[in-house]
Amino acid sequence: MRDIPRSGIRDFFEVVQSMRDVISLGIGEPDFVTPWHIREAAIYSLEKGHTGYTSNLGQPKLREAISAYVERRYGMRYDAATEILVAVGVSEALDIALRALLDDGDEVIYHEPCYVSYSPSIKLAKGVPVAVETRVENGFSITADALEAAITPRTKAVMLNFPTNPTGATLLGEELRRIAALCVKYDLVVLTDEIYSELIYDNSVHESIAALPGMRERTVYFNGVSKAFAMTGFRVGYACAPPVLTEAMMRIHQYSILCAPITSQEAAVEALENGAQDVERMRGEYQLRRNYIVGALEEMGLPCLKPLGSFYVFPDVRATRLTSKDFALRLLREHKVAVVPGTAFGACGEGYVRCSYATGMQQIKLAMTEMRKFLATL
Amino acid sequence: MDPIISLLKQDAKTPVEDIARQLDCTEAEVRERIETLEVAGIILGYTAIIDAEKLANGHVTAVIEVRITPERGGGFDRLASRIAQFDQVSGCYLMSGGYDLLVMVEGDSLSEVARFISEKLSTIEGVISTATHFRLKCYKENGVLVHQDTSYRRLAITP
Repeated sequence: MRDIPRSGIRDFFEVVQSMRDVISLGIGEPDFVTPWHIREAAIYSLEKGHTGYTSNLGQPKLREAISAYVERRYGMRYDAATEILVAVGVSEALDIALRALLDDGDEVIYHEPCYVSYSPSIKLAKGVPVAVETRVENGFSITADALEAAITPRTKAVMLNFPTNPTGATLLGEELRRIAALCVKYDLVVLTDEIYSELIYDNSVHESIAALPGMRERTVYFNGVSKAFAMTGFRVGYACAPPVLTEAMMRIHQYSILCAPITSQEAAVEALENGAQDVERMRGEYQLRRNYIVGALEEMGLPCLKPLGSFYVFPDVRATRLTSKDFALRLLREHKVAVVPGTAFGACGEGYVRCSYATGMQQIKLAMTEMRKFLATL
Repeated sequence: MDPIISLLKQDAKTPVEDIARQLDCTEAEVRERIETLEVAGIILGYTAIIDAEKLANGHVTAVIEVRITPERGGGFDRLASRIAQFDQVSGCYLMSGGYDLLVMVEGDSLSEVARFISEKLSTIEGVISTATHFRLKCYKENGVLVHQDTSYRRLAITP
């Protein structure tokens, strides 16, 4: 484990923990409580005494609900019996997919800045992480040209995460098609983490790479209920993939985890079958907050893309001449506002910080006021 | 629903400036839209949500099921609006089912509310019967949970 560092977020978390009354824009989970009908379904499941193990792949009725949901929302068809695996969050699903897929030294291309676990998960699976930097000029989205330049004979897979944590970037339309075509051309497996796909704004429509021609047989599609239905603590994610890959992932999952908790699985069924309105309500709120925070950041002189997805903005703080880390630490110590330094998501996040708007409007307003004051002192 | 209405329903004190920023439009546009909603009678007023149990003086709320005789020409309307005009009445609705009007009455004491019902409400010509239910405890008021446990905190930083 020597060459796998602690998550950059972890260090920062400890500083924040030592302080009181911090306004945090550092939280990567919805501030909404899980909708009541979903919590109620979990309670009902407990009341009925459903407290045992489930099938390793997950309860059949949950897999059927996932199959129906993925087809209804994104147009892909996966067989509930052989192509869907329920895991303890997308994090576990990604981990077992990488372990199932990689031989020692296989290269996996991913885009940075990105979620903190990608590079370590690849290394833990004995793979070699190959980061492709994404740039603000491209809306922090990966380009087919940049991807192709990173491909070598050892490249086994490409990991995608759109909408992206921490930038809110999306990958849609022509560029997505060009990337899919490259994956076919070079015979690459695609691991696509689409956990934020319900959180997409301005009436944009999410597109999954798994739905494009030639992709189904080479793609592992990941999603879960955490972000869309505000269910992070339930720990339910899933992977959809052709039977051979699903079987391979299942073997690791069965020996390491056995199954996701049954209470969470039953709550997830309720979410997927009856939660569409909740998603719409939360999406509406996130969009209002995004508008507010982007407007406020721009006004105080921190340029900021207006992201189409997720619940993060990634403002450029280079004008302050502070590093991301110093900016975040001083803002925290002097004004009690927590944002996460961009470098926690990869070296190319230098010059940026991540602000989450998965927090109430009042908190966001206060944070913006404090940030404005902070900038005036520089 | 109009996004301005949903924002004001959540918090009627939301400043125009904040609404404008959240909806990505100008303050003038927001002001104009609110005025239109007020003039059209869609927004009827702005009020505070009170936890009546915390008020120092007693506060009593009763829900009354009222059966009335409909009239030729006007149906239930004339009688209903006559009842609705009393200051003690905080809500009045025509209902389907076993009775006709649901009337919410508020007062400072049990006897005050009882007096209103026996002396005013049930003596109105056309009122056939009343069934009064006094409110014992409030769990949710205007969409706000009253006894909310706020001790749970999320972690301050998560990936």
